[in-house]
Amino acid sequence: MSALIGYKKPAAGTQPNYLHPPYQSSIKRAPGKPLVLVPQTLSEITGPLFGHELIGPTDNDLTKQHDGEPIGERIILSGRVLDENGRPVPRTLIEVWQANSTGRYRHALDQHDAPLDPNFTGYGRTVTDDEGRYRFVSIKPGAYPWRNHHNAWRPQHIHFSLFGPSFMTRLVTQMYFPGDPLLPLDPIFNCVTDQRARDSMISTFDLETTIPEFALGYRWDIVLRGRDATPMEKQ
Amino acid sequence: MALVPTASQTVGPYLHLGLTALTRADIAKDASKGEKIVISGRVFDGEGQPVPDALLEFWQANADGKYAHPDDLQDKPLDGGFLGFGRVPTDKDGGFRFATVKPGAVPGPGNSLQAPHIVVCVFMRGMLRHLYTRIYFSDEAGNADDPVLGLIEDAARRPTLVAQRQGGKAEYHWDIHMQGQKETVFFDC
Ligand SMILES: [Fe+2]
Repeated sequence: MSALIGYKKPAAGTQPNYLHPPYQSSIKRAPGKPLVLVPQTLSEITGPLFGHELIGPTDNDLTKQHDGEPIGERIILSGRVLDENGRPVPRTLIEVWQANSTGRYRHALDQHDAPLDPNFTGYGRTVTDDEGRYRFVSIKPGAYPWRNHHNAWRPQHIHFSLFGPSFMTRLVTQMYFPGDPLLPLDPIFNCVTDQRARDSMISTFDLETTIPEFALGYRWDIVLRGRDATPMEKQ
Repeated sequence: MALVPTASQTVGPYLHLGLTALTRADIAKDASKGEKIVISGRVFDGEGQPVPDALLEFWQANADGKYAHPDDLQDKPLDGGFLGFGRVPTDKDGGFRFATVKPGAVPGPGNSLQAPHIVVCVFMRGMLRHLYTRIYFSDEAGNADDPVLGLIEDAARRPTLVAQRQGGKAEYHWDIHMQGQKETVFFDC
C-alpha cells in the first residue's frame, strides 16, 4: 500500500488542556490518566465527508427560518476554512448554534430569565465552497450568565462545529466578537495560554462585507489541523 | 505559510441545539452486507455520575474493511450508501444506543492488520476539547494481535476499549468512564 500522510500535532499552548480548573465542569470530566500515544492509521486519517446535499435553502440564514424576523442586530458572518499550511478546505460541513439577541438559547435546559424569540431558532449549517469560503446571516447573540463562579457571564459567541477532510481535523469551537469586555474574564475563552490561539477565536469587524442599510459584516477564518509534510510511516 | 490552528472550545450545555440535526443513531439500514449489531452503554464522570450532555461520534469501515473516503486506496468495494458515520447524544441517564454493522478488519502500521474497531470521538459539556477512543469487539480473536491495543502499556486497561457481546445476541455493551479505576483509554493521535 502507499504511504499515508498524517495530520500535524498542535503546537504547545495552542489547544486547551482537558483539565482547566477555572472551568469547574472540567474537574470531573477531564481524563485522569495521560492519553495513550498512538499513530494515525487508515482509521484516523479518513473521516466522514458531507456535501451540499444536506443543506436546505435557509440553513445558512438564521434570520429566515420563521415567518417573522428575529429581533437583534443583523450580522453577516463570513470567512474561510483553511488548514495550517494555508490551503483552503473546500466542501466541508459547518454547523453553528447560538443564543438569541437576549442571551437565551432555544433549549429546554436554558433557565436564563430572558425572553425567547419566536422568530429565532439559533441553528444553521452550510458547506464551504471550492475555495473554502462560507457565509452565514444571523443576529448578534447576547451575553448570558452561567454558574461557574459568582457573577459569571459568557461573552457573546457563536458555537461552530467543523469536520474537515479527516476525523483528525474535527473541530468544535466558539467564535467571539472584537472588543467584548467579558473576554478577559471568561475561563472558557482563556483556556489556551498562547495569545495567538486566543486571538484565533475572535472575529473582526469588516466594512467590506457590511451591507449598507442592512447588516454589519464580521470576518472569521478557521484553521484546521494540516497534513504533515512527509508520510508518517508505511501502511 | 504556517497558520495557528483555531483553538477548540467546549460544546457547552446546549450542544443539542447545534449537533442533533445530524444525529445518526442507526446506520445499519444503510448497509447491504455485514452483521447488524447494536452497541449501547453509558457515559460516567469522575464521581461515577452519568453524563447527560455528551455526544458520541462514530467512524468505521464497512463490513469489508473499506472506508468511504478517498484516502482509502484499498481494492475493496464500497457498500452503496453506507458512509460509516454515526452521531448519538447521551440521554438523561448518560445512555446511548448505536445500531450499525460490524466493521471488517483494516490495515494497520507496517504489514499489520487491525482487528475490527470503530473510532469514537467524545464531546461533552465540561470538556474543552474532544477525545478519541476506540471500540473493539469481545468476540474477535484479532484483538490479541491488534497493533493499537498493543500500544496500551498497562494491559489491564485494554478491556476498557472492548465492547462485550451480550449472550448470543448481536448486542454489545460498552461504557465510557472519564476517570477512576475503570477509566477508558483515550488516545493522543
Ligand atoms: Fe454558548
